[in-house]
Amino acid sequence: MIDKGQLWVVMAGLGVGTYLIRFSFLGLLGNRVLPRWLVRALRYTAVAVLPALVAPAVLWPAAAGGQTDPARLAAAVATLVVGFWWRSMMAAIVAGGLVLYLLPLVLGR
Amino acid sequence: MTRPRSAFLRGMRDALPFIIVIVPFAMLFGLLATEAGLSRFEVGAFSVVVFAGASQFAALQLMQDQAPVLVVLATALAVNLRLLMYSVALAPHFGAAPLGLRAVMAYFLVDQSFAMSVAEFERRPAMSLPEKTAYFFGAVTPVVPMWLGSTMLGAVMGQAIPPEYALDFAVPITFLAMTAPMIRSAAHVAAAVVSVGLVLSLGFMPYGTGLLVAGAAGMGAGALVEAWTEARTEARAEARARRQERQA
Repeated sequence: MIDKGQLWVVMAGLGVGTYLIRFSFLGLLGNRVLPRWLVRALRYTAVAVLPALVAPAVLWPAAAGGQTDPARLAAAVATLVVGFWWRSMMAAIVAGGLVLYLLPLVLGR
Repeated sequence: MTRPRSAFLRGMRDALPFIIVIVPFAMLFGLLATEAGLSRFEVGAFSVVVFAGASQFAALQLMQDQAPVLVVLATALAVNLRLLMYSVALAPHFGAAPLGLRAVMAYFLVDQSFAMSVAEFERRPAMSLPEKTAYFFGAVTPVVPMWLGSTMLGAVMGQAIPPEYALDFAVPITFLAMTAPMIRSAAHVAAAVVSVGLVLSLGFMPYGTGLLVAGAAGMGAGALVEAWTEARTEARAEARARRQERQA
């Protein structure tokens, strides 16, 4: 369960922080130029952070007692392959969901 | 019809296809947040205050893992660092607008409004400031009510779905589905592989701090590979130019 005090602190902090990120250049820094290496690195925030955030849950899901679960692993692979190939987030989600729910039925478990 | 007015309507129309993505994404947040024990009011407040889906999922998951507040904030804000890039990219277009207006635009700076605006301003470089502003707000007009409405719909559904239907794997699938279409170059692959490899081997670090190290290293790896690729392409182009000169 989530602690409600913590929840509101996170909400406020994340809200203010996210707003300041959005406001930064648009609102204040205007025409100041960012160093090239920083612009480069920022381009890779999403591809670096998002998969790392879920990688442990893919390999050792808590719902399966921390053991690698073939259905979850296969679903993750299907999501990545379809998303990469078709360049579509929705197609990837559908593929991952189908494998997650259908594979255990096919394997008869 | 005035030109800003037609730009506003064009923005609205261009945003419609994004609804297919926003509705299920927002519903899933409402659903999972409710399953995690948040009240409807808290779910709605979360989506209004933060208004950045991926970071909301990240914060929710880390809070459920009992990570300390600072780690939750640092990680969720790291997910939102891409918005800094959007802010940089839009500044030259809106720099001349009044500060108050830019302050309002900042709140509505999301993946969709950014991507659509940049594409439109490239397509029509002659657009005036009022037209650009109108297009931007046109683009967010369908997105905002859909985002909030679907979050609340998900919250209501979450109360109806019994917790046995563990949706533990919905977030991993959603995040991987967001990432996969973004992988367009060796640099993207490097960023993802380095970051995932590190987060798995840094599991011993307390409170998910390994993730912050891994994310930073992944971003660095992406930037490095991009710099190498660029240097190599430039060197090749130069060699080709020299060869052509000699032949001429």
